[in-house]
Amino acid sequence: MIEPLVHAQSLVKRFGDFTAVDDVDFEVAPGEVFGFLGPNGAGKSSTMRMIGAVSPVTEGTLRVFGLDPKDHGAEIRGLIGVVPQENLLDMELTVSENLLIYGRYFDIPRATIRERMVELIEFAQLGEKVDAKVEDISGGMQRRLTIARSLINEPRLVLLDEPTTGLDPQARHVLWDRLYRLKQQGVTLILTTHYMDEAEQLCDRLVVMDHGKIVAEGSPRGLIRDYATRDVVELRFPVGVQETIVGTLEPLADRVEILPDRVLLYTTDGDATMRAVNAAGLDPETVVERRSTLEDVFLRLTGRSLID
Amino acid sequence: MATPGALRVLEHNIISYKRVWKGTVFSSFVNPVLFLAAMGLGLGTLVDAGGRAAALGTTSYLAFLAPGLMVATAMQMASFESAFPVMAGMKWRKTYHAALSTPLRSADLVAGHLVFVAFRLVMMAVVFAIVITAFGAVEFNRALLAILPAVLTGLAFAAPIAAFAGSLESDYGLSSMFRFVIVPMFLFSGTFFPIDQIPGWLQPLVYVVPLWHGVELTRSAALGTATALNPLIHIGVLVAVLVIGFVAAIRAFEKRLIK
Ligand SMILES: Nc1ncnc2c1ncn2[C@@H]1O[C@H](COP(=O)(O)OP(=O)(O)OP(=O)(O)O)[C@@H](O)[C@H]1O
Ligand SMILES: [Mg+2]
Repeated sequence: MIEPLVHAQSLVKRFGDFTAVDDVDFEVAPGEVFGFLGPNGAGKSSTMRMIGAVSPVTEGTLRVFGLDPKDHGAEIRGLIGVVPQENLLDMELTVSENLLIYGRYFDIPRATIRERMVELIEFAQLGEKVDAKVEDISGGMQRRLTIARSLINEPRLVLLDEPTTGLDPQARHVLWDRLYRLKQQGVTLILTTHYMDEAEQLCDRLVVMDHGKIVAEGSPRGLIRDYATRDVVELRFPVGVQETIVGTLEPLADRVEILPDRVLLYTTDGDATMRAVNAAGLDPETVVERRSTLEDVFLRLTGRSLID
Repeated sequence: MATPGALRVLEHNIISYKRVWKGTVFSSFVNPVLFLAAMGLGLGTLVDAGGRAAALGTTSYLAFLAPGLMVATAMQMASFESAFPVMAGMKWRKTYHAALSTPLRSADLVAGHLVFVAFRLVMMAVVFAIVITAFGAVEFNRALLAILPAVLTGLAFAAPIAAFAGSLESDYGLSSMFRFVIVPMFLFSGTFFPIDQIPGWLQPLVYVVPLWHGVELTRSAALGTATALNPLIHIGVLVAVLVIGFVAAIRAFEKRLIK
């Protein structure tokens, strides 16, 4: 068996009396893209910061590259790349100066940093902005710079905390492409995200977190298969109507989820269910038929939607 | 061989400083010129004409003032350069948070910060030494010797203030510190007039004022006069404050940054 790159057992993080990460177990294999999916406050960043050896473990076991962060923090930090939730760039310095000072933190020789910088600037598509102050470049560029910066020490493991939050769809796709390239180079990625499409696109395997606990684990496809049906039919009714027809809807699908603003019918055959809705004489304001996503998995597991 | 963490942090500081260094050198030149002209020459003429220079233990008021002003300026600059950059690293620029996700530790951040302050102090003090020599207040080689105690005094402020600033949630506490601690020390530590002018019952207080120890050492180095106490005591007090401040700063940084 291949030695896992990250191994956590009964991992707990407490801030005072508050338990942010509550007894979680997971393993990340070399070369894998592993995701933490969960709503605000689920404990994703707290877990990432423990893996990154910046936040002490309260209880349980954690090994990164087989090392205990408690005793080998500096060593672990030297081996990994970190993209924190906040960029933490030096806004007063230029793009290239940021890469330089960060590389020097790892004690990489200046000449080596300059060589790598060429590739990283190209990777982050920041060629025209090398000498621009960071405060003058766009949010998406800052995010790409943060990702480029995390690669300055040529890490085999990169931790990405919400790599694309706040970016426009185009910038997100560019980033996904960059991350996919890293994966192809054999770099192991651990990322957190609120976006189920991001998790589905990027992750080989993921865990769903809620209130500090892992509520499910698997591949995106596997989770959808296990916790949802293939298709979903979303119906919206005029105010007040929804409550009166629950009984009519129940027999039409494998499972019916009533949300405040709409009804979700989980079914293996969306078309058939649509026909059945019409045949039952129901007259929804809007009808959407779609494939199940991780959002549905999350809803099923927690009774809440992922993005509030 | 690995570069010590403190020097890696220093490199960051130097790169940031490159953008502003000319302005800082200019002001470290203008500042003593203005003070020495107004007080050393202007006010000093009155003191000397009244035949009171002898009571100062020096040949002129200008000679009395110059080293005192040098060390007081070192204190002021070190305090400023410790308080606000630490606040920035913690809160405004958050450069410390980024640094701690690399192999660096809090102790490296504190040590690197203090080495940078020492570098700034030396630059300021060299300019100061040139200015006071040009004013004819002291001999140049003695002015250079005075740099050592002035820098030590500056660091004895920089370290505890790094600890203080590192533990503050907002910069509100910093302005109080300058108003109620730094400015009174600047004025009443034997910088502008000998402490025997202070009411007798208040005089023992100066023993706990680090700047007074620095003034004694720096004036002695610049003028060749005797210090109030054994110079080793003066040095010991400053070194003790520096070391305690350094340890306290590491604690404060760890408490704030490692969660
Ligand atoms: N330093 C801290 N002190 C106290 N509580 C904290 C601290 N850091 C995090 N928490 C709390 O721990 C819980 C988990 O926070 P965490 O940042 O890990 O969540 P998250 O899943 O990353 O959320 P988000 O999606 O909003 O980034 C939250 O309730 C948060 O308020
Ligand atoms: Mg987070």
